[in-house]
Amino acid sequence: MISRPRSYIGRVVVPALSILLALLVASVIIIVSGLIGPEKKVDLLLPLVAYRSLLVGAFGNFKGIANTIVAATPLMLTGLAVGVGLKAGLFNIGATGQVLTGGFAASLLGVLMNDASPWIAIPVALLGGMLAGALAGFIPGFLKAFTGAHEVVTTIMLNALVQLMVSGLVNDVFRAPGFSFARTAPVGNAELTGVAGTTLHFGVIFALVCIPLSYWLLWRTTVGFEIRAVGANPTAALYAGMKPRRTMMLTMSLCGAFAGLAGAIEILRLGYYPAVFGSSIGFDGITVALLGQSNPFGIMLSAILLGAMRAGAPLMQIQARVPVEIIDVIQGIILIFLAAEIVVRKIFRLRTPQVTGELQTITRTYGEKVVG
Amino acid sequence: MDFLLDIPVLGFILQFLVYLVNVIGNGHIAPIILGLAAPIALGAVCGVMNERSGVVNIGIEGMMLFSAYIAFMTALFVHQAFPTEPSPLFGATPALISGVIAAIAAGVLISLLHAWLSISIRADQIISGTIINITALGLTSYLNRLIKPFDSAGAFRSFRPPAGLIELPGVGWLFEMFTAVGPIAMSTIVLVIIVQILLFRSRWGLRTRAVGEHPKAADTVGINVIRLRYRNVLMGGVFAGLAGAYLTLEATGSFQNNMTAGRGFIALAAMIFGRWTPLGAFGGALLFMGSQAIGVAIRLAPPVGDLGTFLGGIQQAYPSLYNNFFTGLPYLLTIIVLAGVVGRSNAPAADGKPYEKESSS
Repeated sequence: MISRPRSYIGRVVVPALSILLALLVASVIIIVSGLIGPEKKVDLLLPLVAYRSLLVGAFGNFKGIANTIVAATPLMLTGLAVGVGLKAGLFNIGATGQVLTGGFAASLLGVLMNDASPWIAIPVALLGGMLAGALAGFIPGFLKAFTGAHEVVTTIMLNALVQLMVSGLVNDVFRAPGFSFARTAPVGNAELTGVAGTTLHFGVIFALVCIPLSYWLLWRTTVGFEIRAVGANPTAALYAGMKPRRTMMLTMSLCGAFAGLAGAIEILRLGYYPAVFGSSIGFDGITVALLGQSNPFGIMLSAILLGAMRAGAPLMQIQARVPVEIIDVIQGIILIFLAAEIVVRKIFRLRTPQVTGELQTITRTYGEKVVG
Repeated sequence: MDFLLDIPVLGFILQFLVYLVNVIGNGHIAPIILGLAAPIALGAVCGVMNERSGVVNIGIEGMMLFSAYIAFMTALFVHQAFPTEPSPLFGATPALISGVIAAIAAGVLISLLHAWLSISIRADQIISGTIINITALGLTSYLNRLIKPFDSAGAFRSFRPPAGLIELPGVGWLFEMFTAVGPIAMSTIVLVIIVQILLFRSRWGLRTRAVGEHPKAADTVGINVIRLRYRNVLMGGVFAGLAGAYLTLEATGSFQNNMTAGRGFIALAAMIFGRWTPLGAFGGALLFMGSQAIGVAIRLAPPVGDLGTFLGGIQQAYPSLYNNFFTGLPYLLTIIVLAGVVGRSNAPAADGKPYEKESSS
């Protein structure tokens, strides 16, 4: 994933073909797993059956479509949490921890305001989640800017730490009595309830607003220009009078805010914070951002695609008996093809653009002091 | 000297230090520390092999996880096909040994993907590593759901050193640390020393370091940069594979989804802490995981006096936070050490930069 001059082919055709190839490879995996699975037989049509029920589950009826949109909502936000960071040359794989922080803060605020009007309780809880997520993002940003500690390692460590701390707090301090498992009290009026008999909720609007907003921020404002300049070359940005350190901290906080909002939406939808909140939206954000080429609208499309897979997977597991975890496998294979772009181009005989000048990678190695 | 322990706050810290020294010396904690540190050290050696030749590898986590799964399943299949009694030495069975071999093969296989992506395709190496982590997590979770094994091939047993050796005053705990462990943990220290010597005293080591610092210069004097990087990344996979086998065949005897739990990244931090040397990284691994062992020590041999009352009180009031604190200590230390060390440690100069031979010009 070296930043070559991006053409239409590079931005749209290659990701689409990567998805196609990944589905093909995954169907081979599904066929082979029939052999080692409980039924021990080869069924060449099984992938088709599985993909069909995946589609039906995701788009078959209004309820399915609603589920897809609801699943895509947090993915758009975590996708932005990773994608906006990549624009600044930062690889934020800590969306998971930022999601937990934001969700936990939102649940506490929700419990506090469970009697208030939803028109106040929901925005305040979402805002609180965003701020908490921003703080969780600021920490690795600060560490990167002032000590050079690479965000890939620090954010992974923070993911684990936040998980341990929050589950400890829910168990020991905020545990609501009367439930069979450790969880907080209900958020009451702050809950994002479904409308029109579906799972659709008002949180969807917030995610949809963030997409054009971040596009505007990145390409139409000075801050966005600085983010992209620092991502392209921090030293040059410094000599141009920008402050790479400040930009890095700001970008990581912004990323954390997006992830925090995603966590807040998920928790307010659930209505409480469970001590074990295992959600894949943080890691899915990496796939969404890479597949969407870090472009907000690309991120939106990728999030809908991945959301559809997540929403359709349960039906696939019931009808085709293919475990939902196949979605994670498909994600990985899509990413491999994306990284090996040159192979995709060869398979489909696409033109390979000439690389001019020195190869520029998106992320930098660790152990490098940040200037500025 | 006892009056020192009564000083407020400072005395408390002193009490804690005295407790730590005692418990490591006499509490049978030392082998537990080495056991916790072994997969970290092996992962860090994998990192050293990669990065000294100029390839960043953050996919160690995924390599460990995948190898751990393959080790477990291979051992299980062989165990079901040829059940044998565990041998007196380490409780080894053909099943466990073939599990270790399969894990090494799996580690090398995944390394091949990383090598291909980052050396031949010249993809962004950090993204390549992340892809490996995501794919390994997805694939192992999928397979683990598909074939849910209820059986297990068991695990290697720790060696029982003669009691006289352990009870030697002063140094007994050191002997215990390196001998009262299983075969993989025991070989870790040997492997660390071998790689350390080879890296700084052999032709291969010199070439590796040259390629990691200045690939163009190395190329000029006739070193095949691409081939050397491939070889190093694949050899790194051997260590990641061993680390994975340790988790399923020596530490637990079972496989859980995402059981590596960030160990691959702690290994990276240990490598940075050890300034890209195997021995230094081993020290880092002992430091990080030693902090987690404190929690085990306190459970096995609770401290007495003020310290004991204090810790007991916290444990009573906040049991989950108390436990999670010790579990989380290595992660916290990793961040602190990374923040404190990175600025002053020098990564290999060409680390993370794809190499292209200028054949066209």
